[in-house]
Amino acid sequence: MNGAQDMGGMHGFGPVEAEPNEPVFHADWEKRAFALTLAMGMPAGWNIDQSRFARENRDPAEYLSMSYYQIWFAALETMLKERDLVSEDEIVAGHARGKPKPVTRVLSPADVLKVLHRGGPTERPTNTQAAFKPGDKVRAKNINPLTHTRLPRYVRGHVGVIDHVIGFHVFPDSNGQGAGENPQWLYNVTFSGPELWGPDGDPTTQVSVDAWEPYLDPV
Amino acid sequence: MAHDHDHDHDHSELSETQLRVRALETVLTEKGYVDPAALDLLIETYEKKVGPRNGARVVARAWAEPAYRARLLKDATPAIAELGYAGRQGEHIVALENTPKRHNMVVCTLCSCYPWPVLGLPPVWYKSAPYRSRAVSDPRGVLADFGVTLPKDTEIRVWDSTSEIRYLVVPMRPAGTEGWTEEKLAELVTRDSMIGTGLPKLPGDLK
Repeated sequence: MNGAQDMGGMHGFGPVEAEPNEPVFHADWEKRAFALTLAMGMPAGWNIDQSRFARENRDPAEYLSMSYYQIWFAALETMLKERDLVSEDEIVAGHARGKPKPVTRVLSPADVLKVLHRGGPTERPTNTQAAFKPGDKVRAKNINPLTHTRLPRYVRGHVGVIDHVIGFHVFPDSNGQGAGENPQWLYNVTFSGPELWGPDGDPTTQVSVDAWEPYLDPV
Repeated sequence: MAHDHDHDHDHSELSETQLRVRALETVLTEKGYVDPAALDLLIETYEKKVGPRNGARVVARAWAEPAYRARLLKDATPAIAELGYAGRQGEHIVALENTPKRHNMVVCTLCSCYPWPVLGLPPVWYKSAPYRSRAVSDPRGVLADFGVTLPKDTEIRVWDSTSEIRYLVVPMRPAGTEGWTEEKLAELVTRDSMIGTGLPKLPGDLK
């Protein structure tokens, strides 16, 4: 979706300001919101693309006014409510009401390190051949789905070069809608500064995105 | 619950969030969906154990051992796993070597993708609008925000992390470090130098 999360090339946000000796978390509630989000992935069964969509799918003004973990927490509430695991009444009351909907698995302390270590690899086996090879010129499609996509606006319609073939990976545009992994060939594609930004682009700069085959047309 | 007291300086907007987070944790715990001890362990892992010192060890080994450097640049995920770092948000890692001709810089314009097993959780600036908006259109300007100026003929290659590939920059080994141990080399490797928004420390920077 063309939401506020797609920030590449926007102006007006000011300089990057790093915080010296920054702590990992800035408040206790951030820690709990982070951990709840990770832990609930197992019983609730959402995938990473669905959680990204739940974060970006909001009024741009709201997105830009929220802190990072506020966005995470809002998305967590949304995803739990969508799956009838929690109701607004329960959050307001601060207590569970009624019988909990059964879930198959809960993250136990004994499993935490194992689960983190395993992660969620997204490469899948295939018998198909990649359509593009390194050095091929491609144009990023001009697509504007209302649903989740990982093709940023700033490359759409622009011509780049295949740097390398990454592999065959889960396709977020499908996975983010809960419509299956639908894996596709994934490429690293480079664009020159002037190709992306015209005369305002720095000719000594190259920008790459990782782009799935359905995002690309041959040139 | 162990976290019933918090050390947050109150402003009302945040208090509202704090209350809701606490309420939700209670509800999910009562329903048996989460085990608060598992939450504590998740937090402890990313607060205390997983962080940029991991990545610094990887880079220091690459500087010290040519064979390791070759493995890291060829296929970083197993090379990094040799040191015990693997898993969530680092399932597919690619190492990017800086050279006098090319400087690599990593961003995630769409969210906050970052190689957790080697760098930990990202700092606020990495997830912020100023960085995500300008890293791709004005990387030299962003580097200037960090006090970094590169030669004009150094190509800057910005990697926008739009897939599940996670990028780790291997900065150039500073001069004057010949014969150093891996441990000492690792002290030169900063978090920002592995994102590409900074350079490693110099021998004279170490006390």
